[in-house]
Amino acid sequence: MMLTPLQRIGRVGVFFGRLLMQCGPALLRPRAVVHQIFNAGARSLIIIMLCGLFVGMVLGLQGFDLLQRFGSEDALGVAAALGLLKELGPVVTALLFAGRAGTSLTSEIGLMRATDQLTAMEIMAVDPLRHVVAPRFLGGLIAMPLLVAIFNLVGLFGAQLIGVQLMGVDPGAFWSQMQAAVELDDVAEGIVKSLCFGVACSLIAVFEGYNSEPTAAGVGLATTRTVVISSVLTLLIDYMLTAAFLGR
Amino acid sequence: MKPQRSLEVGTGLFVLLGFAALFFLTTQLPGSGLQFRADGGYRVTAKFDNIGDLKAGSPVSMAGVRIGRVEAVAFDPSDYRAVVTLRIDPQYDRIPDDSDASVQTQGLLGGKYIGIGPGGSDAFLKDGGQIEFTQSAIVLESLVNKFFANFASKGSEGAADGAAAGSGSEEGK
Repeated sequence: MMLTPLQRIGRVGVFFGRLLMQCGPALLRPRAVVHQIFNAGARSLIIIMLCGLFVGMVLGLQGFDLLQRFGSEDALGVAAALGLLKELGPVVTALLFAGRAGTSLTSEIGLMRATDQLTAMEIMAVDPLRHVVAPRFLGGLIAMPLLVAIFNLVGLFGAQLIGVQLMGVDPGAFWSQMQAAVELDDVAEGIVKSLCFGVACSLIAVFEGYNSEPTAAGVGLATTRTVVISSVLTLLIDYMLTAAFLGR
Repeated sequence: MKPQRSLEVGTGLFVLLGFAALFFLTTQLPGSGLQFRADGGYRVTAKFDNIGDLKAGSPVSMAGVRIGRVEAVAFDPSDYRAVVTLRIDPQYDRIPDDSDASVQTQGLLGGKYIGIGPGGSDAFLKDGGQIEFTQSAIVLESLVNKFFANFASKGSEGAADGAAAGSGSEEGK
């Protein structure tokens, strides 16, 4: 069942529509959604925090080196905060999410498909879209903005650790310039991005799993495809959203 | 039922942590949420004609060493000047009361800070005191204007006239 790319895009669209119809009923059973928030969110917490810390620390180091050439190290807080809030936080979290949570969603649903569990549900007149796919989609969707917020916070701490503690940027200037320059729009931009990435990454993950070939090789292929498509789509959406937000 | 409960607690913790982070990012980052209200030290005020983009939290330094922070920036409508409250660390209690304060810039694009130059008086600044002698922020644009006016007039006339024209153009601004 090799699909042409165009056909595939169409199928994702139809699948997304059908999935949205089942999201309401799925929310009526919050226990399943909570379970999936745990799987997608809480289990990704350690890797997100670790990566956030190191991204923030690198940002502090590189930002300091760059800004020092202009003699304006004090702007490090602004540079780190805007960089994290608007770009690095949502994008890096989405890439990590695709690798950590997206793959497990795809392989789980793909294996259900391969072992005929989904078919069995359909025979019993239980909609697998409502009971299996929708809670996973919603879990990923809800977990993503929260993960991004945690990533940003830890990243900011990392940048502060390097900039202020190690490089000796004045802490007052670091925080006060950051607060003066960052506006609510910048924070909102990050939140909107994280929501969009949450939809895209979760949708791709469940779609690939649901439509994987019911063989061992098929599930493996679908998992690989999840990572590749999610990553490319994340960066593509990121560019479009940035262009829209900047109004150019 | 045990694993189910730990799962729910874990999810609850995660969601709580996420919303706490979101809350911090939306409320504390923009605007002046975090206040640098360290205890100790004493407060003096100074009035400036123009403080540039000086903000609460900016450093106050003397001879290049940080001795305190700007605690608050306010506007005095009676004489149209900015009132800056400085909090000086307690160990620096021997600053002459005729010292001067100036708004200075860190680096080319850096933020503003207040530099204090010592005076010669035997009396020292106390809590609630005021620094009388102040110098405003140097606005880069007016400096550039002055330079170009100076430069242009230097080409046609003498150097002395150029300096006069330069200072004249600043008054015109």
